[in-house]
Amino acid sequence: MSKHTPLYNAHIAAGARMVDFGGWEMPINYGSQIEEHNKVRQAAGMFDVSHMTVVDINGAQARHFLSYLLANDVAKLQTPGRAFYTCMLNEEGGIVDDLITTFLDETFFRMVVNAATHDKDLAWINLQAKAFDVVVEERPELAMIAVQGPLARETVLALLPENDTSAAAEMKPFNAGQFGDLFISRTGYTGEDGFEISLPAEAAVVLWDQLLAAGVAPCGLGARDTLRLEAGMNLYGQDMDESVTPLESALGWTVALKDDRVFIGRETLLEQKAQGLEKKLVGLVLEGRGVLRPGQRVITQAGEGVTTSGSFSPTLQKAIAFARIPQSASETCQVDIRGKLLDCRIVRPPFARNGTVCEGVI
Amino acid sequence: MSNIPSHLKYTESHEWVSIEDNGNARVGISDHAQEALGDLVFVELPVVGDDISQGDPCAVVESVKAASDIYAPVSGQVVAVNEELESDPALINADPYGDGWLFELELIDTEELDGMKDAEAYEELLED
Repeated sequence: MSKHTPLYNAHIAAGARMVDFGGWEMPINYGSQIEEHNKVRQAAGMFDVSHMTVVDINGAQARHFLSYLLANDVAKLQTPGRAFYTCMLNEEGGIVDDLITTFLDETFFRMVVNAATHDKDLAWINLQAKAFDVVVEERPELAMIAVQGPLARETVLALLPENDTSAAAEMKPFNAGQFGDLFISRTGYTGEDGFEISLPAEAAVVLWDQLLAAGVAPCGLGARDTLRLEAGMNLYGQDMDESVTPLESALGWTVALKDDRVFIGRETLLEQKAQGLEKKLVGLVLEGRGVLRPGQRVITQAGEGVTTSGSFSPTLQKAIAFARIPQSASETCQVDIRGKLLDCRIVRPPFARNGTVCEGVI
Repeated sequence: MSNIPSHLKYTESHEWVSIEDNGNARVGISDHAQEALGDLVFVELPVVGDDISQGDPCAVVESVKAASDIYAPVSGQVVAVNEELESDPALINADPYGDGWLFELELIDTEELDGMKDAEAYEELLED
């Protein structure tokens, strides 16, 4: 029996095509995935991401615990409301999940982890938390709406009570704050500016309708996937999992290794750094016609690799992919599409952000 | 509810066939298929002159979501392909039974048509 978010009826009313995603019945699109994608790049779109898991870490040792649990260093988060993207690793350095953590006060941090990894994430977090004076509290009663696009913030701000508007407007990227019932975070998964808003179920239904009335386009998981791919953002379970480390997943920038902070997975990362990596995660742009897909064979001068994500990019009007390929491969490669070897260029993602194609990818 | 014109024949894999005035069989995908696939972004068509047999995978349509093989509903030689689709695959979404046709075959055996589903049988298939 698949689970429904508080916005399920709103999706049906908007003509959504529903699919199963990690045990949740979620909208894949409301008609045209490409139109939804373009709306986010050019104006504003909204996504029901209520299936994602909000986990609050409360207690005297909250910071100390997260310093050990996460590959990025919570010491970077000193101003209340500051957030960052990080991976949570296992002892071997493999990625258990990727997540966003927000510092709220010394006894309260909030994490948002993936829906599809809910059970193993909670088991892992609770297991590691035993040695610390913290309380791990899931917040399943919270729904979440991501509003993304160049017009997203101003549209949301116009709907807030007047006394919240200026504080919410002043929030910088990767900052969050509580505004009445709404926990508003200036984050996203599209490569556009916007907010992710956690709020009680009834309030979510009201906000969704207000956003709809304000011209924000409902967008499904399909557009979410092509937007994050263009934006150069990994999808857990596809571009990375427990068999690879952040260093092998183009996420070296999220790992804080410089000082002697002890965290889970550190030893493997240090070894990999010392020995050098065999594989890297890169972007591919298909030169000719066709569509790149996950799981296609990649042939480079330095050996073979595989695509991990791939689709047609509405912004580039070309097929793009992520691929895990030998470290020394560069410039060009070929991808095996139904037995034909087609030329691709190796690029450094992102492919597109803030409404336009990024420099150097086409 | 998807559109299922009554003058066409259908396959279980969601292709349609229409018999043109010249006797050739024109092939496309159903409204249901285009809707299930979503926005189409790439089409790989057979080459004019190819001989194809009923059931052969002979074309590929790709949406943002997925690639889908097109199986020949009947046997024959390819006599025309819809070249408009190369630059505008979304024609299939906009008009699956008209401008979004895929290719035309010169039929070898008209009896193969008898084994195909009529609109009513295809509608029943979709309802199951």
